[in-house]
Amino acid sequence: MTTAPVPAPGHPPDAFLEVRDLRIHFPTDDGLVRSVDGLSFRLEKGRTLGIVGESGSGKSVTSLGIMGLHTVGQYGRRRARISGEIWLDGKELMSADPDEVRRLRGREMAMIFQDPLSAMHPYFTVGAQIVEAYRVHHDVDKKTARKRAVELLDRVGIPQPDQRADDYPHQFSGGMRQRAMIAMALVNNPELLIADEPTTALDVTVQAQILDLIRDLQQEFGSAVIIITHDLGVVAELADDILVMYGGRCVERGPAEQVFHRPQHPYTWGLLGSMPRIDREQTERLIPVKGSPPSLIDMPPGCAFSPRCPYADVPAGGITRTERPELALVPGTDGHHSACHMTHEERARIWTEEIAPKL
Amino acid sequence: MTIPGQPSASPEPAAPLLKVDGLVKHFPITKGLLRRRTGAVQAVDGLTFDVRPGETLGVVGESGCGKSTMGRLITRLLEPTAGRIEFEGRDITHLGVAAMRPMRRDVQMIFQDPYSSLNPRHTVGTIVGAPFRLQGITPEGGVKKEVQRLLGLVGLNPEHYNRYPHEFSGGQRQRIGIARALALKPKLVVADEPVSALDVSIQAQVVNLLDDLQEELGLTYVIIAHDLSVIRHVSDRIAVMYLGKIVELADRTPLYTAPLHPYTRALLSAVPVPDPARRTRRTREPAGGGGRILLRGDVPSPISPPSGCRFHTRCWKATEICAREEPPLLTLRPGHAAACHHPEDGGDSGARGAVT
Repeated sequence: MTTAPVPAPGHPPDAFLEVRDLRIHFPTDDGLVRSVDGLSFRLEKGRTLGIVGESGSGKSVTSLGIMGLHTVGQYGRRRARISGEIWLDGKELMSADPDEVRRLRGREMAMIFQDPLSAMHPYFTVGAQIVEAYRVHHDVDKKTARKRAVELLDRVGIPQPDQRADDYPHQFSGGMRQRAMIAMALVNNPELLIADEPTTALDVTVQAQILDLIRDLQQEFGSAVIIITHDLGVVAELADDILVMYGGRCVERGPAEQVFHRPQHPYTWGLLGSMPRIDREQTERLIPVKGSPPSLIDMPPGCAFSPRCPYADVPAGGITRTERPELALVPGTDGHHSACHMTHEERARIWTEEIAPKL
Repeated sequence: MTIPGQPSASPEPAAPLLKVDGLVKHFPITKGLLRRRTGAVQAVDGLTFDVRPGETLGVVGESGCGKSTMGRLITRLLEPTAGRIEFEGRDITHLGVAAMRPMRRDVQMIFQDPYSSLNPRHTVGTIVGAPFRLQGITPEGGVKKEVQRLLGLVGLNPEHYNRYPHEFSGGQRQRIGIARALALKPKLVVADEPVSALDVSIQAQVVNLLDDLQEELGLTYVIIAHDLSVIRHVSDRIAVMYLGKIVELADRTPLYTAPLHPYTRALLSAVPVPDPARRTRRTREPAGGGGRILLRGDVPSPISPPSGCRFHTRCWKATEICAREEPPLLTLRPGHAAACHHPEDGGDSGARGAVT
């Protein structure tokens, strides 16, 4: 589905992480929920990918899918239906033995969750939980593991880490808890770090601290980072590449600067127009996207965004409502892809003449 | 629609709609069988401000700064510990439930969470019509017709009168909450984080709706939010709160272009800017003008707030006087007040603070 040369299915890629045509569907009483419906992307070590989208666009389901967490504890009819390929460092995870994936989870790939209070166990001390995460993957005694835990707590900026390791999660403030979560995720030096809305529950001054920490740690450890968020400001701070999701599919992806300065999809225009900007002149009115996100059970035919798109009738023949646009390379760019029926010239004209002046 | 018993003549236009003076709310902490009082959460500790008719006052601050408590105090959902609240010149500080009831027509609230603020077992018609029932008012043309008019006003389909809240999306539910708040044609609407639970594209719809309604109905808003970009977009004047106190109060443009309080400056610099080209390294010390300021640590507990200036524990400008003496909220420029011994414009109110 990309125009970039894609190796044949089943063939290991050269990228560190490559996701190919990932589909994750959940059977429910109301019908099949197509949370992720054909998503492909790749990520190199030392790079940060930002996945942006509204609630229900499938961004969190994607991250849990990469971690292999949808198949855990689900049986029978209710089991999530997953297809596609996930290649991590030359290994294919979808067809791998669950025990093999479990060995990788936490060691090669780790995750930072949105809400540290519910992601940490309230009954064990913070130190004990980090020690456990370390000892699952390393055959060391408790003393060594604790030393490592304290070292990590210190690295993420928790004062008096030696004493704070014996505190319970509720004794930490929100920002401290998120730091402890990051320490837990990093304890095994993972090569892939997935941060799912890592700062959404935090105040803006604490958010700045955590974003700074994630950036520092990435430089230090050289890992690949996926940051999932609905906040365009947060991705602009961290991401090298951006992937915009809508209705379970990627509608636009490319280098961060390109996506922010020359976006090529009407949904991305809508997101940029919807947010008040603190760095720009005061605008009289915001330009919202009309309507609400689509139901993942009953997706609109054709382009999923067409019912909300002000330019749905620009391409001739109502093609937007009958045929789904494929992700295609924007001519003259380096890896900037967009899934829209409008021609490149039409989009460039609308962006420069109608959208950009109002932002 | 006429609402009986509402004073028709309004006071002179210059008078503030709402006047708050030295407002304090302490929540007691009790211990043991005898409920001995061992301390207090000093949620709001001495607020003084006015809300002028027709304006939007934005209140911004981090979690735990007391902004929501302030909203509940001025709508009198909470009983103030001390201080004075005047609405249209009338003291409403300690009015009882019955005495407050006529006032409720004029002061309404929009809540943050559109999921928990609507009764799931009532239809939209019942929810939006509840204010009429509670106040014993029959609007012109009947309750049903008026509710349908309100639903149309906030951009919902009036035919959806008989639906239940779960049939609506988050943005639509927030519109239901807004319709309910507007039912009695209030003068003052207090909105506590009205858009923070909504998706970005929906957020813009609701912000624009609030804007249109203000123009159409001549409403006065107090909008409480933590999002500085949203606050800048909606407000005429802005109060910045930190640990139960207002640290800065100014018109929108001066506040965002030339903040006087170090906390305001730190807060503004911490907002992530959606522009990768402007990504900058944050500095721990603010270098020159444009640097990013990274505050250390967290907001202290309001149970035992720091002495003197409450921000001194995290402030890079703090000196010995800051820990000793509390800076008063002084008007340092016309229409621009800040509570700081070392305000950002270079002028030092430390000496003044020492005198008073």
